[in-house]
Amino acid sequence: MGNVGAKDVPVLLSPEGLRLDGRRLDELRPIRIEAGVLHQADGSAFVEWGQNKVMAAVYGPREVHPRHLQQNNKAVIQCKYNMAAFAVDERKRPGLDRRSQEISKVIAEAFESVVFAEEFPRTSIDVYIEVLQANAGTRCAGLVAASVALADAGIPMVDLVPAVAVGKVAGQIVLDLKKEEDNFGEADLPMALVPQSGRLVLLQMEGHMTEEELGRALDLGVKGCRDIYDRMKGALRERYALTPVVGGSA
Amino acid sequence: MSEEVVAEILTTHILDLAAEGRRLDGRGPDEYRPITTEPGFVSTADGSALVRLGQTRVLAGIKLEPGKPFPDTPNAGVLTTNAELIPLSSPTFEPGPPQPGAIEVSRVVDRAIRAAESIDLTRLCVTPGEKTWVCYVDVHVLEHAGNLIDAALLAAVTALANSTVPAKRFAVAEADYPLDLVHVPIECTFVRLGDTIMVDPTFEEEHAAQGRLTVATDETGRVVAMQKGLVGAFSPDDVKSIVRRAFVHGERLRTLIKGGRS
Repeated sequence: MGNVGAKDVPVLLSPEGLRLDGRRLDELRPIRIEAGVLHQADGSAFVEWGQNKVMAAVYGPREVHPRHLQQNNKAVIQCKYNMAAFAVDERKRPGLDRRSQEISKVIAEAFESVVFAEEFPRTSIDVYIEVLQANAGTRCAGLVAASVALADAGIPMVDLVPAVAVGKVAGQIVLDLKKEEDNFGEADLPMALVPQSGRLVLLQMEGHMTEEELGRALDLGVKGCRDIYDRMKGALRERYALTPVVGGSA
Repeated sequence: MSEEVVAEILTTHILDLAAEGRRLDGRGPDEYRPITTEPGFVSTADGSALVRLGQTRVLAGIKLEPGKPFPDTPNAGVLTTNAELIPLSSPTFEPGPPQPGAIEVSRVVDRAIRAAESIDLTRLCVTPGEKTWVCYVDVHVLEHAGNLIDAALLAAVTALANSTVPAKRFAVAEADYPLDLVHVPIECTFVRLGDTIMVDPTFEEEHAAQGRLTVATDETGRVVAMQKGLVGAFSPDDVKSIVRRAFVHGERLRTLIKGGRS
C-alpha cells in the first residue's frame, strides 16, 4: 500500500489492453448507490464506487449561517467536502485544507447551475460530503452522492448531476481512474454532466492530452455520466418504491 | 441554528414517562438500543470499525505512523484520539474547528483507552528517544442520535482490536503484525430523568436530562474512567448503583468487539 519507499511504476495496461483491475478502457468500477441512509438529514445518500466510500447529506432549505451570506432573491448553496483522516494511506490531518475548499467550491457551483434556488430566497441549502475511504475520483463520487441526496431532500432541480473522471493512462483514454492510474497516469479529467441539457457543470483537468485526445475523453466521459445517471435514478426509485425493491439499508 | 432544538413539550413528555420508568422508544431504564459492530469497514485504515447504536452511527479509523516519542516518555509510543462531529451527522452541527462537545467525546474516549492501558505503549517504541509508532484514533460521527461517547469508545476499541501495525510499509520491520489490545475498556453512559436513571440516552433524552454520567470499566473489574456531564447532579448512592450497572453492561458490550450485534 502507498508510495512509501516504492518508486516503481506499475504496469497500468496489459498487452491485451486490460487495466490493473481487469477493466476495459471504457468500463466503470462497480458502483452502488443508496438514497436516504441518514435519519436526521433532509436528504442523504451513500455511494460505494470501486474502493471509494462516500456519504452525503443535505440540510435545508434552512436559515443561512453565517447570516451575511444570505441572498434576498435566492437560496445559497453551501457545500463542504471533507475527508476522514483514515480515508487515505497517509493519515490526512483532519479539517479543511485548500484542496477540500476548492472541491467544495466547484461542487457548490455545479449544483447552483441546476437547483431552482430562486424558489427559496433567504435560505441556505447545505450539502455535506464525507469521504470515508478514498481511491481516486472522490469528488465525482461525492458529487453523485450529493446529487442523489439533494433529490432525496426534495430540492427542485433541473436534473440530477452524474459525474465521472476520464483520464489518460499508458497513452490510452480511459474511463473512471482508480488510484494507481491517477497517480501514475498522464492526465485526469473529472467532469459532471446535466443529462437534460447535455452540458457540463463541473470540468477540471490536470496532465497532458492532445486536442484530439481531449475530444475523445469528453465523449467517453459523457457516456460514462449517462450510465451513472441511470444508476442514480435507480437508487431513487428503490428508495421511493411503494413496495421495497430489495431489502436492507446501509 | 446553533442551539440544539428539542421541543419543550417533548422534554416534558420524556420526564413524565420517566416517572413511570418508561421511555419514548419503549425501552426499559436499563436497556440499550440495538448495537452492531462492523470491524474493517475502511480498507485504507490500519484498523477500523463502524458501530451503530440505535440510529447513532460512528466510524472509527486507526492510523499508525512512525514518529518521535515525547521527551518525557522516550520509551513509549504516542496515542492520539480525535473526534469529529461533522455537520453531516446532525442538523445542529456546524462546520469549523472542533466544538466543546466533540472535544469532550475525544477526551473521554482517549482517557478510557489510556487509563485501561488498552495498548502497551512501550511496545510501540522502535528506538528509545528517537523513533516510535504514533497511533491515531480518529472517530467520525456519521449520525448523532444520542450517546456518542459509548458508541465512539466501542468503535475505537473494536477498531484497535483489528488493527495491524504497518511495519513493512514503513520499512520498520520485515512484516506487519497485529496491534495488541491488552485491556478492553467499555464506557456506559447514564442520564438522570427525574428520579429515574436511564442507560444509553437518545438525543432527546440527553436534552431532557438532569445530569449525565459515563463510567468506563475494563474486563479485570476496574473502573478506569468517569465523566459527569450536562447540568444536574448525582448522589453518591446514585453513582454506586450506576457503577454496578456499568459493569453488567460492560461485560455484555465487550463481546461485540470481534464484530456482531446485540
